Amino acid sequence: MQTLINAFSFFGHHLDLFRDKTIAHLAISFASIGVALAIAIPLGVWLGHLHRGSFFAINVSNIGRALPSLAVISIAIGIVGIGFANTMVALVILAAPVMLTNAYVAVDQVDTNAVQAARAMGMRPWQVLMRVELPLAVPLIFAGIRTATVYVVATATLATFAGGGGLGDIIVNEATYGSAGVVAGALAITVLAFAIDGLLAVVQRAVTPRPLRHLARRASAAATVREPLPPLPAPPQ
Amino acid sequence: MISGLITPAAGGPVIPTFGKSSTCVVQNHQFCMSWFLDNFSSRFQPRLLEHIELTAIAVGVGMVIAFAAALLAHTQSWFETPFSLLAAFFYTIPALAFFEVMVQVTGINRLTAEIALVSYTLLILFRNTLTGLRAVPDDALQAAEAMGLTRRQTLTRVELPLALPPIMAGIRIATVTTISLTTVAAYIGAGGLGEPIFDGIQTGFKTEFVAAGFLAVALALVADGLLVIVQRLLTPWARRVRRA
Repeated sequence: MQTLINAFSFFGHHLDLFRDKTIAHLAISFASIGVALAIAIPLGVWLGHLHRGSFFAINVSNIGRALPSLAVISIAIGIVGIGFANTMVALVILAAPVMLTNAYVAVDQVDTNAVQAARAMGMRPWQVLMRVELPLAVPLIFAGIRTATVYVVATATLATFAGGGGLGDIIVNEATYGSAGVVAGALAITVLAFAIDGLLAVVQRAVTPRPLRHLARRASAAATVREPLPPLPAPPQ
Repeated sequence: MISGLITPAAGGPVIPTFGKSSTCVVQNHQFCMSWFLDNFSSRFQPRLLEHIELTAIAVGVGMVIAFAAALLAHTQSWFETPFSLLAAFFYTIPALAFFEVMVQVTGINRLTAEIALVSYTLLILFRNTLTGLRAVPDDALQAAEAMGLTRRQTLTRVELPLALPPIMAGIRIATVTTISLTTVAAYIGAGGLGEPIFDGIQTGFKTEFVAAGFLAVALALVADGLLVIVQRLLTPWARRVRRA
């Protein structure tokens, strides 16, 4: 209990430190998520639209989940060297597979009746994708983005070992900040991870087309029953 | 004689055998195969075995707890929500933070690491076991009852075999994620492949942390592959159904 009180008083006395580290933490997280988004979402949506490459699109996230993040970071240090870029490489490798698989599954599983109706109405493939498949796939695509984002924000803690900065710097520097600082840093990261998750839950609801909102919940429950693999990604590191 | 004293023993200098090392080690290239092969049995093999042991204990203990909880939740449905919430809470805490907080409670040792590692397995194992038990078709349960099976017999002979695919899938995910988290657990002195990773990053000797990183990745992928095979052998009917 005393540790907790000390941690809170440490937090109160070092607001500037926490602000700077949180900004650095979010910077590396969002830079990585941006790159991962740019690679994974178009590829996943495109493969899903063509209904091709299911083996690749689904198994890539099984492999992505199996990769130990610290190991990926350590290999990346060897190849890229210490710094921001290194951590980004590792985080992109860890975030992209989840996004890719979800985007693929989301577009691939869009009701064929809807797609055929759209074609019968004379829509071009591009229009089918933009007006029918994507709106119907948004909830699941965004679920993947949310999962990956929470994962990246949590894993960015390990960036400290690669000189990437962020809140991990406080956690691993007991010599400077003491055990109160370590606990305060740990709590700050935990709160940040939960806050991002909650925030994205709200955004996810907002981007889901209104008629799909009640369906989205039921669909995710059904997906859990049929195939328990996709919904749970690796826990944050 | 002096050169004989400086050997790459445990706790010895990071870049051992000064002056005698290969140019690759002296110039600190990304990966020195010969150094890795020379030091595998002394530096990496024990860590690899430790890693497997830590993972096996965590998944084993996690499975016992999650299984008991899932059985309870299967009969007493009110139990599902509180346990899921607790497990989901553990699951979202960043590992390094979790380890550091637990250190304040139980100290720097293996127990601390295992407590955290077990906590991470609970959500996956609980959810998958419960999902499996609930997905057992009513027809099968009614047939079991009609055949006069007791509650216990129904569980062991009908429900568990039918629930096996999702349970195995859960064990698979729990295992690979635990392998991943165990690398971080080395930071609080739990041992495992994270040890040479942290050691190498600290000293800057690339071969050490790159090799340990690759070993950890290989271990995760091999474990994943092996569990897929076990899963298929144990549940040959699951594949046929999916294909149909």
